[in-house]
Amino acid sequence: MTGKTGKIISGLVLLAALLLLPHLLQYHHQDLLIFLTINVLVVASYRIVTLTGEWSLIHAVMMGVGGYTATLAFKQFELGMWFTLPLAGIVAAAIAALLCFPLFRMTQFYFLIGSFAAGEAIRLCWIQFVNPFGGTGGLSGVEPPLIGNIDFLEPVPYYYLTLVVVGMCLFILHRIEKSRIGLILHSVHWNSPLAESVGVDTWRYRALAFIIGSFFVGVAGGLKVHYLGTITPNQFGVGFMVFILIWVIVGGYNRFYGPVIGVVVLTLFDESIRSLEELRPAIYGAVLIASILFLPQGLESIPTRIRRLFSRKPENDSSPSNK
Amino acid sequence: MELVIQSIINGLIQGGFFALFAVGLVLIFGVMGVVNFAHGELVMIGAYTIWLVHAQYGFPYLPTLLLAIVLVMGIGLLMERFLFRPTRSDPLAGLICSIGVLFILQVVATLIGGDGPSKQVPPPLDGTLVVLEFIRIPYQRLFGLGVSALALLTLWYFLTRTRLGWALRAVALDREAAALQGININVISFIAIGVGAGLAGLAGGLMAPLTNINPHMGHNVIITAFIVTIVGGVGSLSGAVYAAIIYALFHTFVTVYLGGTVATICGLILMVLVLIVRPTGIMGVRVSE
Repeated sequence: MTGKTGKIISGLVLLAALLLLPHLLQYHHQDLLIFLTINVLVVASYRIVTLTGEWSLIHAVMMGVGGYTATLAFKQFELGMWFTLPLAGIVAAAIAALLCFPLFRMTQFYFLIGSFAAGEAIRLCWIQFVNPFGGTGGLSGVEPPLIGNIDFLEPVPYYYLTLVVVGMCLFILHRIEKSRIGLILHSVHWNSPLAESVGVDTWRYRALAFIIGSFFVGVAGGLKVHYLGTITPNQFGVGFMVFILIWVIVGGYNRFYGPVIGVVVLTLFDESIRSLEELRPAIYGAVLIASILFLPQGLESIPTRIRRLFSRKPENDSSPSNK
Repeated sequence: MELVIQSIINGLIQGGFFALFAVGLVLIFGVMGVVNFAHGELVMIGAYTIWLVHAQYGFPYLPTLLLAIVLVMGIGLLMERFLFRPTRSDPLAGLICSIGVLFILQVVATLIGGDGPSKQVPPPLDGTLVVLEFIRIPYQRLFGLGVSALALLTLWYFLTRTRLGWALRAVALDREAAALQGININVISFIAIGVGAGLAGLAGGLMAPLTNINPHMGHNVIITAFIVTIVGGVGSLSGAVYAAIIYALFHTFVTVYLGGTVATICGLILMVLVLIVRPTGIMGVRVSE
């Protein structure tokens, strides 16, 4: 893009497209659009966790923590969505803060497995303790908010609501990444001993990234349950976690917008192979393997690759490659 | 009292199965540095082979068991050649690839057996060993325990008494140093994943008549394998065997008294505790950087 004006123009075009989009779609696709918007927040918040180089497998469960918080706050205390959403984020962040103490004693492989175990334990608790979590069947009866006489049960108004909330969250996440904190998170990933030697408490920053990521995915969980109306433990199982991983990896995790591209493209792709029904997971698996083998930097690296192809100049890879 | 003794025996038999697939996971992780998330699905494919070839087409059990081992071994070798070898420099990429395989194998199982209710295989060995009137062990379980023990002993002999076994352990200790000694890393990786996957196939084949077979049975298997691996100490084969037995006893008892879900929650908490208190596991050794 050429300079600032170009960016502003493309931003406005994108905004107009996002606002017009639901009116061009059928009911079923409007539904899907809402979940896609929520999933954008899920992957963007996951990215901040992965910035420090740790791949957690608890992110899906954290979304569930937010969802269950919003559900219980709504049903037990009759709080409206304006309270349940921040509360969902805060509770998810608080649980993440508690989990930091055991989990961040580990790194790499151990962290991966540890976070997986902690997440499964939380998820199994939802199944085990029927009161208050409702067991395998989960809970239902959560309603969207009331503002004047707008019916948020309809997908289009709820989509705009989601768009506003997710847009705000993405803006904050982007600001965090571009801030000093974001730079420190990068430094923790790429050269942890060096970062420590200049006085960065790596433990604190890894924990901070984890807590921030959990807060925003908790909000995403709240958004989802207020639209869907029901929540079950199986929505947040390994299956969903794997989808988050796929979206982030296929999209590419070197830039902020990589995971967002991943979730949008793969959701469209998923829609286009809907007729294949039971073969879908296998196709997903094949796409995942192919992207790891042939496009390790993700979809976001395609423009760079094409540019390089035409310039024919052997330049060094400027984006941070895999360790 | 009777329940206690019966539970101990059931726990030991369960431990034999746990050890079979956990040892395979440890072997693959130790030698290749890859967490094979599809390990549970390898077990599942082993069980499906028994269901399809033995229960559906009436092929005798023992040759089918052999077929299951060879088939799963083949899948393992293909994974190593086409997925893990190209991504060897990046352990995360290997893990993600194995997740892709997991999806594909689940769909294969669904295509073969349909998405209906779980499948059962009638035990090929009838009858029950009754000891002291109140302890009842079906011969099928006894057979499973015997075969697992035999397989683990063979593996132990291979790793500690043969040159190839030494080479394999050398690669697990330090890949570069082993390569400098003239050990072919690619061959050793093939052997590691072949043995690991073969054991998973064997475990699946042995468990097939004793469990519900469905495309998603791998999920519990991989959780169990992770718990056993961590508790035993990552990279420690003997640790994995001890941990498998301990965890199986623990799991059996908690299941009997408090139910299966609580048992798994307790297992996961146990694993996190081990990671905090003693990250090297019960048999692991601290390795300096």
